[in-house]
Amino acid sequence: MKLKILIIIFFLAGIVACKKEITQVFAGFTKPDIFPTPVYHFETNPITEAGFVLGRKLFYDASLSANNTISCGFCHIQTSAFTQHGHSVSHGIFDSLGVRNTPPIMNLAWSPSFMWDGGIPNLDLQPIAPITNHIEMGNTMDNVLTTLRQSKEYPSLFQKAFGSSEINTARLLKALSQFMLMCVSDQSKYDSVMRGQAVFNTNENAGYALFKANCAVCHKEPLFTDYTFRNNGLTPNFINDMGRYDITLQETDKYKFKVPTLRNLQYTAPYMHDGRFLTLDAVLDFYDHEVQNNPNLDTALRKNGHIGISLSSSEKQQLVAFLQTLNDKVFIENKLLSEQ
Amino acid sequence: MKYTFLSLIVLVIFFTSCKKDITPEYNSSATGQLSVEFDNVVGNQDLQLNTGVYTNASGETFKLTLLKYFVSNFILTKTDGTTYIVPQDSCYFLIDESSPNTTIPKLRVPEGEYSKLSFVLGVDSLRNTVDISKRTGVLDPAGTAAGMYWSWNSGYIFFKMEGTSPVSTQNGNIFQYHIGLFGGYTAPTINNLKTITLDLTARGTAKIKATKSANIHLLVDIMKVFNGTTNISIAKNSVVMVSPFSATIANNYVNMFSHNHTEN
Repeated sequence: MKLKILIIIFFLAGIVACKKEITQVFAGFTKPDIFPTPVYHFETNPITEAGFVLGRKLFYDASLSANNTISCGFCHIQTSAFTQHGHSVSHGIFDSLGVRNTPPIMNLAWSPSFMWDGGIPNLDLQPIAPITNHIEMGNTMDNVLTTLRQSKEYPSLFQKAFGSSEINTARLLKALSQFMLMCVSDQSKYDSVMRGQAVFNTNENAGYALFKANCAVCHKEPLFTDYTFRNNGLTPNFINDMGRYDITLQETDKYKFKVPTLRNLQYTAPYMHDGRFLTLDAVLDFYDHEVQNNPNLDTALRKNGHIGISLSSSEKQQLVAFLQTLNDKVFIENKLLSEQ
Repeated sequence: MKYTFLSLIVLVIFFTSCKKDITPEYNSSATGQLSVEFDNVVGNQDLQLNTGVYTNASGETFKLTLLKYFVSNFILTKTDGTTYIVPQDSCYFLIDESSPNTTIPKLRVPEGEYSKLSFVLGVDSLRNTVDISKRTGVLDPAGTAAGMYWSWNSGYIFFKMEGTSPVSTQNGNIFQYHIGLFGGYTAPTINNLKTITLDLTARGTAKIKATKSANIHLLVDIMKVFNGTTNISIAKNSVVMVSPFSATIANNYVNMFSHNHTEN
């Protein structure tokens, strides 16, 4: 009997220990069952543990910046779902301020373009922008490669990841992609409900119905964005940021920005491309009665001659209750994605 | 009279022997070296970075401090009408006026007599969107292409010209023309890619043999960036990058290349 108890205790201890380990063990990239097929070209950059580990180290390494102060992780903070908490616009090197709100790094394997204006079509090319932007990391790609080549650790990490210690542009960028691609958030309550492992409460259910009726056309499930560029009727900001127009130069793209995902909303405040709304309530108030009519305003926001999305205060509460089910605590606490 | 007759014979013999020389037999399975010289000039003057002072058709004086452009996708046509497409992987060059050895790209081509040259000013859309591992050499954003690549609007700058002019209201009286845009990846944009085709017949075909290289000497008249279908005023357009006006500049610079002569 005593032995039985002892065995059970050992068994339980084993399970507990294992459970702790689970989030810290590299298991490669797997597509969540409830997600569509990723758009990233894994065939040209297969994810390996060594590549991921190298990418993670690079992501958190301030020596990628001109003066060793700003890493990628400086603006993309894991506990804020890889955004820069409390900053309306990103805060970069030499205390410079950017012009847009730091976007989250999550579920990027499904994103067909990057940045608020979609100016970058490929994740592998994305890091060049912040590394070389004089108000973000202020460096040159050439300098970064030189720094890495001269370091004691990196040549052997590149060797492990890519088979030789050569450090070049493509390898640097592919390693960073491998880390970012592994930042998959699919453990929210919403995900559990979709998997049949949990149920929404009454409020959440009512909010979900409101969401599907009013928001899902742009914030498409299950990634909560359709990755299109839309004009949602924000007044132009003081720098007159015209968003997508700067890329396409099409009149019809003026003041359009990429539909952001709603996942992990609780951690990613402030909201909008310039972080002008500090709270979710402010966002809902905006959609309720502050949307500005303009020639490019999205048709989804001008239904039946009405501008915006009318919501009563109880509807707002229900909607917020549903939106809170999109928060994924496992993701923001996943040690595998943290600075080691 | 006798003397004249004799000299006529000598002359005929001389011409005949010459003619024999200029129709060599080509072995099309052998290759030789063809260089294309991009000799940058401004009107009828040599281009002198930083020091030369020039005046455009709008009556504005200017100096140039930087001139770089990509040329790629060379295609050569023989006198018999057949074409040779230089393999793409070895066919991207960045002409940099401040670095003379970059201005004469060298190509390997089959033996033959070539009477037409065509190339792209810029980096074609395919190479603009290809996997990062294929962007080596002059196309590496960490290498020579640094400064010729827009990171925020992924794509190469095809043509970059900077300088100063007293009429510019920018700080330091600078002007900057950074022209790119390959037609867009996720959505259509302006396409400023230009294909330049030059007939070499009038000023000398290029005769390539394995043992004998040739150099096609082009004049690149930078003045034509300003003076053309639309005369560009530095005062009105001192900074042109990603904007609809970039197409106006590209429509001018497409005409800046001319064939001057060929050194065989």
